[in-house]
Amino acid sequence: MANFETMTINMGPQHPSTHGVLRLVLELDGETVVKATPHIGFLHRGIEKLSEHRTYHQILPLTDRLDYLAPMHNNLGYVLAVEKLLGLTDAIPERAQVVRVLLAELTRLKSHLVWLACHALDIGAMTVFIYCFREREHIMNFYEKLSGARMTSNYFRVGGLSADLPDGIEQEIRQFVNDMPGHIETYEGLLTGNIIWQKRIQGNGIISAEDAIDLGVTGPSLRGSGVDWDLRRDEPYSGYENYDFEVAVADGCDTWARYHVRLKEMRESCKIIHQALDKLKPGPILADAPKVCLPPKKDVVNTIEGLIHHFKIITEGFKPEPGEVYVGVENPKGEVGFYLVSDGSPCPYRMKIRPASFINLQALPKMVEGSLIADVVAVIGTLDIVLGEIDR
Amino acid sequence: MSVQVAVDKLKAKFGETVLAVSEFRGETTVVVKKEEIVAVCTFLKLELGFNFLTDLCSIDYLGQAPRFMMVYQLYNIGTHRRLRIKAAVEESDARIDTVSGVWATANWLERECYDLMGIVFNNHPDPRRILMPDDWVGHPLRKDYPVQGPDREPYQGRLQ
Repeated sequence: MANFETMTINMGPQHPSTHGVLRLVLELDGETVVKATPHIGFLHRGIEKLSEHRTYHQILPLTDRLDYLAPMHNNLGYVLAVEKLLGLTDAIPERAQVVRVLLAELTRLKSHLVWLACHALDIGAMTVFIYCFREREHIMNFYEKLSGARMTSNYFRVGGLSADLPDGIEQEIRQFVNDMPGHIETYEGLLTGNIIWQKRIQGNGIISAEDAIDLGVTGPSLRGSGVDWDLRRDEPYSGYENYDFEVAVADGCDTWARYHVRLKEMRESCKIIHQALDKLKPGPILADAPKVCLPPKKDVVNTIEGLIHHFKIITEGFKPEPGEVYVGVENPKGEVGFYLVSDGSPCPYRMKIRPASFINLQALPKMVEGSLIADVVAVIGTLDIVLGEIDR
Repeated sequence: MSVQVAVDKLKAKFGETVLAVSEFRGETTVVVKKEEIVAVCTFLKLELGFNFLTDLCSIDYLGQAPRFMMVYQLYNIGTHRRLRIKAAVEESDARIDTVSGVWATANWLERECYDLMGIVFNNHPDPRRILMPDDWVGHPLRKDYPVQGPDREPYQGRLQ
């Protein structure tokens, strides 16, 4: 008499395809997943709690450490929320806005390159991984020139930017985005027509538009289910309404559709970066708000007034009026939002981060139950999760 | 449909349940009674098109009564409008009905809210902790929970 018991196994937290420290408890019937239960929290650092004890400027470095593959987007969401809380949104100089869009899109390319690299590697296509990381290295070098750091950039500031672009970087970025569409074609040449790739991801991880909306899925994972919604177009921030780009949508609801959405987004990002470089004009990079923005470094080191100004903002911070705001931005993974509650003190009374990966991960059991255990790897890849953001 | 129209319809339907409406920086916040939260959310989703729950969290106003405030950030994917719903929760009866039957998103968000703030969700399908270990004592996001942890002295500065 055959035994029909199911078997429960752990996948992770050390499994290489779980992209960090995600633990999945899988109940298996043979090779078919009956039930998947994600366990998270291994990387919980209490960023929301810490931020209640720091001034608004001091929180900015913490936001880098959420989605560490797209740090500029977290910075952007946070500074936009603080600027809205202060009523500064319209005071941001044109140059700062354009540089923010330029870097946000470079970051999107960087994040999508890691997605494609790891997604392909998990499924067995190692060459793509190496090519993607070759291109990502260029963006890391741009990061290093801009901010001194390759990953945790901490480059934006409430009111504008921490520093102007270094000399010559515009030509380098232009050269890079000129070459990038050719590289994307290379990746597509390696994958799209590849029969193994097709068999692994076509019809895999299906989620309908209704289920995706009900589960709060955002970003490319939602657009792969045919929902035409992108915050850059529908609730423009940082001047996105002045750029000409298409929102990538596909209605296959499977991993194949999401693969095409993200590839198209990479091409659209290149278009936006070209437009941003064209718009870039010399000008101020910080808003004229001396109570909020730090003075230029040359004033701090050369004048006593500048030094006092700097000291006051660093030690005391600034005090927004009591109130609450929510700002969401279109991160490469989905909508990342910051909800800030101010009680009139220099620290936020409460900061809640809406993590895109956390909420997208909630859809994973729905996408894998009933499929084979090998498909779980493809679904984790296509959801493009980052555990730093999930666990906060 | 503008947010104002939605708020008017909500008032017309629920009357006394809507306690306050406020606006700050162009964002509308509606405070409702916690007993009616599921009915209000169902109405907002089915009748007014707020089909997307962006986020859910709670705030601890230690020293005030009622102590906790639940916050629901709603979004309408069709019209791209946002609306914030709030409901006050007493410390002595820190429970509220789950909205995970209205939006499935709320499942994990309510687990997080229970884990970090200690608010219990009635009828929740999976009421476990999510970020902290299962055997953790206390709820770290409460204002009376020390930032350095419960078993350590507060940081005294480098010179001491």
